[in-house]
Amino acid sequence: MSFLPYAVAAWLLLIGLYGVVTSRHLVHLIVCLTVVQSSSYVLLLAIGYRTGAEAPIYKDIPPETPVVDPVVQALTLTDVVVEATVATLLLALAVQAQKRFGTVDPDEIATLKG
Amino acid sequence: MSRRVRSGLFLVAAVVFGSLFIWGLLGLPAFGDYQGPYGIVLEDVAVEERAGVNIVVSTTFDYRGFDTLGEEYILFAAALGAVVLLRQQRGEQKDEEEEQDHPADRQRRDTSDALRLLGLGLVGPLVVLGIYVIVHGALTPGGGFQGGIVLASAFVLVHVAGRYLILKRVRPMPLVEITEAGGAAGFVLIGLGGLIAGSTFLFNFLPLGEPGTLLSAGMIPLLNISVGLEVAGAVVLLFSEFLEQWLLRGRGGDA
Repeated sequence: MSFLPYAVAAWLLLIGLYGVVTSRHLVHLIVCLTVVQSSSYVLLLAIGYRTGAEAPIYKDIPPETPVVDPVVQALTLTDVVVEATVATLLLALAVQAQKRFGTVDPDEIATLKG
Repeated sequence: MSRRVRSGLFLVAAVVFGSLFIWGLLGLPAFGDYQGPYGIVLEDVAVEERAGVNIVVSTTFDYRGFDTLGEEYILFAAALGAVVLLRQQRGEQKDEEEEQDHPADRQRRDTSDALRLLGLGLVGPLVVLGIYVIVHGALTPGGGFQGGIVLASAFVLVHVAGRYLILKRVRPMPLVEITEAGGAAGFVLIGLGGLIAGSTFLFNFLPLGEPGTLLSAGMIPLLNISVGLEVAGAVVLLFSEFLEQWLLRGRGGDA
């Protein structure tokens, strides 16, 4: 049971990659890529978890309370920002692809090239 | 490469990669038993050293503040890149745009009165919530990045609830751009304040205050505000650029 969060991360990574490989639409492909990236959030947060610990905010809890690791949570925040920027740029490129090739099917774009 | 070959190739690769990945994960500490040295140190010293009760925000904006500067500029650069990518397109269709008398009005979807009323009613509370999340970053879950998104979503809601033309009126682009640039520059300027105070970049030169109160944690709230402005500006900018594209495409009659 304690292995489950890691397994979820692995599953998200693989199912996202499957979506990327089989995608027939660029926007769908980009959403699949965000699924791949979300596996890294699960992995990071799972690593930092401590059983029975509180959130790392010493507002209403005594100072010696065990809390989950704040460093991985800060890293997850960075991860989310990076994902948002990657998705934004890729979506902008998808708009460009639609303009230039008249299609957003990755296979058709590949055959049109040349 | 045909679709079938690619799927087969992926299947093989997925099995190999998946097994290696799971094998690697087995070497991780057991779930719920993490003993990361940095986290443990920060938990012990952060409240005392920085007077911010939210250790995640203290880590992000102080102990790891320089990284966050980079993070903020990743967003800045990405917004800039997307605007450049999408703006080229708009230039191509400029003439066509001027021929239409009220193109934006034609593209307007018919929104129900209920949605319009609810949406407009939520704009005010969302703005307040966004500001709250930003300035209470050092106290409660949240901070500049999250609050900035909430603020930006208020503008998106104006579009959902109303018309494109209203949105155009409430989001003057120069103001949005200045907000974004000002937020990005603010972080650096606050960091330079540390140098002026005679220490290192991003050194905390403000009084720390009482932990748990609004005016505490030194300059962490200021950094949160600058990041919040940057994020809100960037997201509104991106949203309007994509919206503009949607309107342009719709006008061509093929969408």
